[in-house]
Amino acid sequence: MDFGPYFLLASLEGAVGAAVLAVTALGLSLVFGVMRIVNVAHGEFFMLGAVIAWWVASLIGIHPAVGFLAALVVSPLVVGSVAILAERTVLSRLHYDPEATIVATIGMLYVIQQAVLMTYGPEARPVQPPFDFRIQLPWFGYSAYKLFVILAAVVLLLAVWWGLTRTRLGLMMRATQIDRETARAFAIPVDRVYAGVFAVGAALAALGAVLVVPVQQAHYLMGHDPLLLSFITVIIGGLGSLRGTVLAAVIIGMSDGIISVFFSPTLAKIIATLAVAMVLVARPQGLFGERAP
Amino acid sequence: MSESTAVLSTPPAAPPTARILGLHLGVLAVLFALHFVLPDYHHISLSRIMVLACFAMGYNLAFGYSGLLSLGHAMFFAAGLYAAGLVAQFADIAAPGGFLIGVAAAALVALTLGAIALRTGGVSFMIVTLMFAQAVFLIIYYFGTYTRGDEGFVVPDAMRVLLGLDLADPTVRYMTALALFAACLMGSLALARSNLGRVLIAIRENEDRARMLGYDVYRYKLTALTLSAVMAGAAGAAYGLLFGYVGASFASIQYSIYPLLWVLMGGAGTVLGPFLGTVLMFYLVDLTSAATTAYLLVVGLVLIALILFFPKGILGTVRERYLPWLP
Repeated sequence: MDFGPYFLLASLEGAVGAAVLAVTALGLSLVFGVMRIVNVAHGEFFMLGAVIAWWVASLIGIHPAVGFLAALVVSPLVVGSVAILAERTVLSRLHYDPEATIVATIGMLYVIQQAVLMTYGPEARPVQPPFDFRIQLPWFGYSAYKLFVILAAVVLLLAVWWGLTRTRLGLMMRATQIDRETARAFAIPVDRVYAGVFAVGAALAALGAVLVVPVQQAHYLMGHDPLLLSFITVIIGGLGSLRGTVLAAVIIGMSDGIISVFFSPTLAKIIATLAVAMVLVARPQGLFGERAP
Repeated sequence: MSESTAVLSTPPAAPPTARILGLHLGVLAVLFALHFVLPDYHHISLSRIMVLACFAMGYNLAFGYSGLLSLGHAMFFAAGLYAAGLVAQFADIAAPGGFLIGVAAAALVALTLGAIALRTGGVSFMIVTLMFAQAVFLIIYYFGTYTRGDEGFVVPDAMRVLLGLDLADPTVRYMTALALFAACLMGSLALARSNLGRVLIAIRENEDRARMLGYDVYRYKLTALTLSAVMAGAAGAAYGLLFGYVGASFASIQYSIYPLLWVLMGGAGTVLGPFLGTVLMFYLVDLTSAATTAYLLVVGLVLIALILFFPKGILGTVRERYLPWLP
């Protein structure tokens, strides 16, 4: 293949990665923005979403599309409920102390991951895509499902944006983010907002996983990479800035896809992690963030 | 944390030195005596635990005494492990030299990456150390030709020799581990009771106030992190030389979480806590992994339980309630 079409293929792969990353990282960013906590278990919510998607899809054996649609509804609901449970029983009792929360979410990471290992097992299992045809480009065929992933991610991002800016619930979340005490004084149930935000953040990770699982198999250790990439995205995008997160996801997802096609993926990861650490040292507000966290 | 206010407000002469020395030397004497009575399996387990406890004590210097919650201490352990292992493998440098090179490598990592990470604080410090440790882990994979990545390599037996003694021999191994452990334990004790230790505690409790009093906070933190890395690196180098295996799993995030877990369990900011935590977690994981492959579940549950109910750990709680003189 010539360089041009090869580059196009790499860009398409990058765009799929960026779409899933944007949805997943947005969940992490939302939780950080409103609750000011870092959720290390975010990658496990992603993994849990994928495993539940497999489970739902294999229970409903009528047609792959039915199973997929059911997973798209059930998976974020279940994962969101797990998140609410974790938030109520653990995080709220720590009063969202940033460092204690990180330790506790590391604990949750192991609990979720190992519970899945005990029940689901160590195998990687595929989920059938809801539809299976390839769009024939002049140089190569490309899976239509992957293009659907990009579209679905855009719809999801718009839905989150609409929810945050146009609904009463979104207004409460933003009020809590800006000033928790004043929000409480205006009778906003801050505790419930926190639980809700944590659930929405986890549900977004689960949605990202449902989208990706027909392309990539469900496995109990699959949460590691999304966690790292989401961290990178949220930091580069500016902690707490949702717009920055989406922008960074596009840049990082695209460049990750393109770089790993042309260079050694390990080297790409080394450079990316070091670069992110340096960004955090030199510009704690992120590349696109405006105010200090 | 209220225990430090007690430490700060007590006049330096008040802690009963004889009692404290007696307790710590007593622990060392018990460990020495255990060598003669333990069955083989627990004998080698305890050798491992003593080396890993040095890693935990190093972590405790940063987290317990200086308030530096690092999520990347595996990079210091791995620096010691790999430096000692690689020079034994490729440069034919035997145990004593390899050990020192390992310690130096860990100190070097602390003085470069650690110095950069210390430019941040709080949550950013946690994430930056996590990222640096991840980069170190990936670098080990990237140079897989030499490090053999995940699979790791075996340190040649000919290099595992100290003063003519074979480190693979159980007795020599146990005594070497005990010697290292004794050095780290007494070093921690001396540090905790020194002026440096008191300044570090002051920084942990109130950084701004320490700065206002004229202490160069950044320099003290860097000193603490470097000492911490030296202990972690010493543990890593000793682990490679005593047990003869070097692998990338020792650089993974798990080995950054373990010392945090051990220290949290035993009691952050106590001298004996890291050892106690290491012993308990080692056997807890050992027992669980005999029953299920999902033994890390225990690690997760214990982490959550500790941070929720016993944030001061076992010895921290004991000190608060019963033994206020415990260092």
